[in-house]
Amino acid sequence: MSDTSSLQTMIFGKLSLEAFPLHEPIVVATFAVVALGGIALVGALTWFRLWGYLWREWFTSVDHKKIGIMYMVLGLVMLLRGFADAIMMRLQQAMAFGGSEGYLNAHHYDQIFTAHGVIMIFFVAMPMVTGLMNYVVPLQIGARDVSFPFLNNFSFWMTTAGAVLVMFSLFVGEFAQTGWLAYPPLSGISYSPGVGVDYYIWALQIAGVGTTLSGINLICTIVKLRAPGMTMMKMPVFTWTSLCTNVLIVATFPVLTAVLALLTLDRYVGTNFFTNDFGGNPMMYVNLIWIWGHPEVYILILPAFGIFSEVASTFSGKRLFGYTSMVYATVVITILSYLVWLHHFFTMGSGASVNSFFGITTMIISIPTGAKIFNWLFTMYRGRIRFEAPMMWTIAFMLTFVIGGMTGVLLAVPPADFVLHNSLFLVAHFHNVIIGGVLYGLFAGMVYWWPKAFGFRLHPLLGKFSFWFWVIGFWLAFMPLYVLGLMGVTRRMRVFDDPSLQIWFWIAGFGAFLILLGIIAFLLQIAYSIWKRDELRDLTGDPWNGRTLEWATSSPPPAYNFAFTPVVHDNDAWTDMKRRGYQRPLGGFKPIHMPSNTGTGVVIAGLSIMLGFALIWHIWWLAAAGFAAIIAVTIAHTFNYHRDFHIPEEEVRRTEDERTRVLAGTGA
Amino acid sequence: MSRVRVACLLPLFALLGGCNFVVLQPAGDIAARQRDLVVISTALMLLIIVPVMLLVVIFAWRYRARNDKARYEPDWDHSTGLELVIWAAPLLIIICLGALTWMGTHLLDPYRRLDQIAKGRPVPEEVRPLEVEVVALDWKWLFIYPEQGIATVNEMAAPVDRPIHFRITASSVMNSFYIPALAGQIYAMPAMQTRLHGVINRPGSYVGFSANYSGAGFSGMRFSFLGQSEEEFDAWIAKAKAESGRLDRAAYLALERPSENVPVSRYGTVEAKLFDLIRNMCVEPGKMCQSEMMAIDAQGGLGLAGIATTLPLAHDKYARRGGGLGPQASYIASICTVEEAEAMLTWQRPEEPARRATAIRGSGLSLPDILSRRAQSVMLPFVPARPSKS
Repeated sequence: MSDTSSLQTMIFGKLSLEAFPLHEPIVVATFAVVALGGIALVGALTWFRLWGYLWREWFTSVDHKKIGIMYMVLGLVMLLRGFADAIMMRLQQAMAFGGSEGYLNAHHYDQIFTAHGVIMIFFVAMPMVTGLMNYVVPLQIGARDVSFPFLNNFSFWMTTAGAVLVMFSLFVGEFAQTGWLAYPPLSGISYSPGVGVDYYIWALQIAGVGTTLSGINLICTIVKLRAPGMTMMKMPVFTWTSLCTNVLIVATFPVLTAVLALLTLDRYVGTNFFTNDFGGNPMMYVNLIWIWGHPEVYILILPAFGIFSEVASTFSGKRLFGYTSMVYATVVITILSYLVWLHHFFTMGSGASVNSFFGITTMIISIPTGAKIFNWLFTMYRGRIRFEAPMMWTIAFMLTFVIGGMTGVLLAVPPADFVLHNSLFLVAHFHNVIIGGVLYGLFAGMVYWWPKAFGFRLHPLLGKFSFWFWVIGFWLAFMPLYVLGLMGVTRRMRVFDDPSLQIWFWIAGFGAFLILLGIIAFLLQIAYSIWKRDELRDLTGDPWNGRTLEWATSSPPPAYNFAFTPVVHDNDAWTDMKRRGYQRPLGGFKPIHMPSNTGTGVVIAGLSIMLGFALIWHIWWLAAAGFAAIIAVTIAHTFNYHRDFHIPEEEVRRTEDERTRVLAGTGA
Repeated sequence: MSRVRVACLLPLFALLGGCNFVVLQPAGDIAARQRDLVVISTALMLLIIVPVMLLVVIFAWRYRARNDKARYEPDWDHSTGLELVIWAAPLLIIICLGALTWMGTHLLDPYRRLDQIAKGRPVPEEVRPLEVEVVALDWKWLFIYPEQGIATVNEMAAPVDRPIHFRITASSVMNSFYIPALAGQIYAMPAMQTRLHGVINRPGSYVGFSANYSGAGFSGMRFSFLGQSEEEFDAWIAKAKAESGRLDRAAYLALERPSENVPVSRYGTVEAKLFDLIRNMCVEPGKMCQSEMMAIDAQGGLGLAGIATTLPLAHDKYARRGGGLGPQASYIASICTVEEAEAMLTWQRPEEPARRATAIRGSGLSLPDILSRRAQSVMLPFVPARPSKS
């Protein structure tokens, strides 16, 4: 008997039939839906013979534009998962009053709020921010691609591999029940002996490889590949914020990697970095994770600030007010974001001087942020504001974000934090800045650059529906949480005693429902716009009367972006070119040097999933095999000499002639 | 139209009126002063937030594309005067708020002895704070009253207007000890001790809970905090004393095991120094205390000899569970004599004296100690004179 069980352990590790949550009807039903959807999708792809197309044109593509779009798809898919978690929490908290346990047990509920946080930050906000940067930055600086195209593809697939592991945890085993930052000792092996925290660790480690490499890639791209004439102080603001964000990524993600590695050692080999006993110190983890965690929120918000700058200037038909101070504000925020991490744990017993120091540095960040708000405000001043969807998101952002910023500064006052820390007030605050800042920015960016990516606009009416559902839904969902926080209600509660609180959870639940309608309207908008794409077609490549270089090329841009590298004289380069009567060159094309597609990224990411899965379940032979295979594939890739090719002059000329013909048709 | 709108909003205000905003209407002086800071800071920031929000709406409306009458200056992108205002206005607000923060943080430092019971009522010379030792367990709260020699679970009491001094630790994972009506929260962490000072000014029964997620039973980790008159408090103590149960090491180890939604219970007597044992993670007889381990390490440690005292751990409060690789779970046996261990166990860093409220001008604040000096003073009682190198 013991022989068979030890054999089973050797082959399957901790994995057994009990790992499949067959006793959880909610999970089984979800699995059924996901499986049916998956089978339908695979069936459809097979039926329409799209696998080859997807593999050749997308999965193996090293084109920054296609990778950018794939990041956005990943973010949107994971948004659905993260939002499903959100609405389940809202439902549970709206129900669990007066002795009712709600419909979720602690084991399930605790996984849901952990997964919600992890997914929304790492697999929704990060991929979408990275996706937009990937798509837009090379176009804005007049480059043909990023510095390291293969690395870009590899980064994307590693991020996806992390997301896949998180999705695995839904159906095989469990996810962490620790909260999204997995504080030890709770996340240590003594108090979380299951595989949940291991899923958390390996999903983040694998995705972190992708994030860090993509950060390096974009820094190099921005520093080295700018069009001639584009000095640092002539870069578009979105490129500036992207540069700062990627500097933050490169500087902070290694900290996350290190702290998770230490936690891994604690859990796997019995070290005592963060245990209670043997000299371990869990507070060290809390410090390290926030040294990553606070810059992380600026990693998310800075590109959003960049998007708002582009949108405000374009739709006000005006130069951005205070470009220089905008740039300095961004840089100051980047630097200060390292000096505030302790404000996440004022309540862990630091002395008054330490707390005041970190409180005041936090407040100082609000000065450049406030300056930015004023700059957008005075960009609108004496403009001609067109209320297209991106501008509506921007104005909604300005009105929403200042509230979130105010509550944020309030929480930075340590005595105020002592009464509001970990309350629903805090939850309302960070959703206020992340939804009201990052998410509104992503929506503004998606609607703004959609015509560039696909050659047709998104349907405006459905976009307005989506906008109003989101904005009203957000206010209804989170203002009650501010109120509840002032009533002393703490976060991550599963059941409540006080019946007078329930009405607020109902309102919040209704708000979440409106947000659901907003998401549905957005998806319908995409589907309907694809259906009506001929009516919404933009042939000029410049549907919004844009100001930066990405609008100088066709929509969608050719694989090589620009037949000739543009020369920049002004920070609104394209406006400047239009004003000086720029003429597209119609001849004199040369063959264009381009990187070749490769499947190595997909293969290594797939092997990484295998390695992660094996480590999570302690299937040591599979882990060894997976690791060896990754090394082997990496070495094999170094022998791949088909790295690049030239687009022949003939083809460039054909593409450009086609564009000339189209432009002539529009009268542009 | 506008009247209809106001009428529509009325039920909302009724809703707000029916709520217990304990954070905004607390019953303790510390919480009330923290509330004051919340209100003042918010008001300060609204000075700039409200105009900004108004300007956004006004500009968006005035400069809409259809309004041809508004001025349009597509190339206007700089104004030094305006830039100065843009940076200076938030800066001024933050200077005020920063000063407020520095003062407030020092005055309301949870480690600082109270100097007033309420506004204008300084703590009388002869009044000593009520000592309460708090342990966050999975998933309930243990309160030990060392002076009265009793302990309770999930209920605590304190006389109105008498300062309370909490010493707080935890048995397994991090929690946060929070009674919103009394004072702000502070974390309860295993093998560490935090402190909190507070005073309750109005009698009543208030809610306390853990404000940091700590596992499956977290939602039920709530207790009552009773603000009582001196007589009621004495009666409450007497009631606990009448209980036959004794909280000794064995009883604690049983209590420490995970349980949820635990009803109130009382112990008439408590083993001496139990809190210090819990804090030093050595309630199990024979296990080396953290204090002992730190004292040994402060003298350079035992080197390889230290391994000899490592014994396999057969069982802990969850029943032992381990990772995949690595050594067996173990614990370290105590090697000190009883007297030595006792001395180390109960040693506390002396509490800082109450400071005068002149801190507002900064003059009441001592300069922070140099870290190394502080570390030395912590270990001072245990560190013998260095052996001479001979």
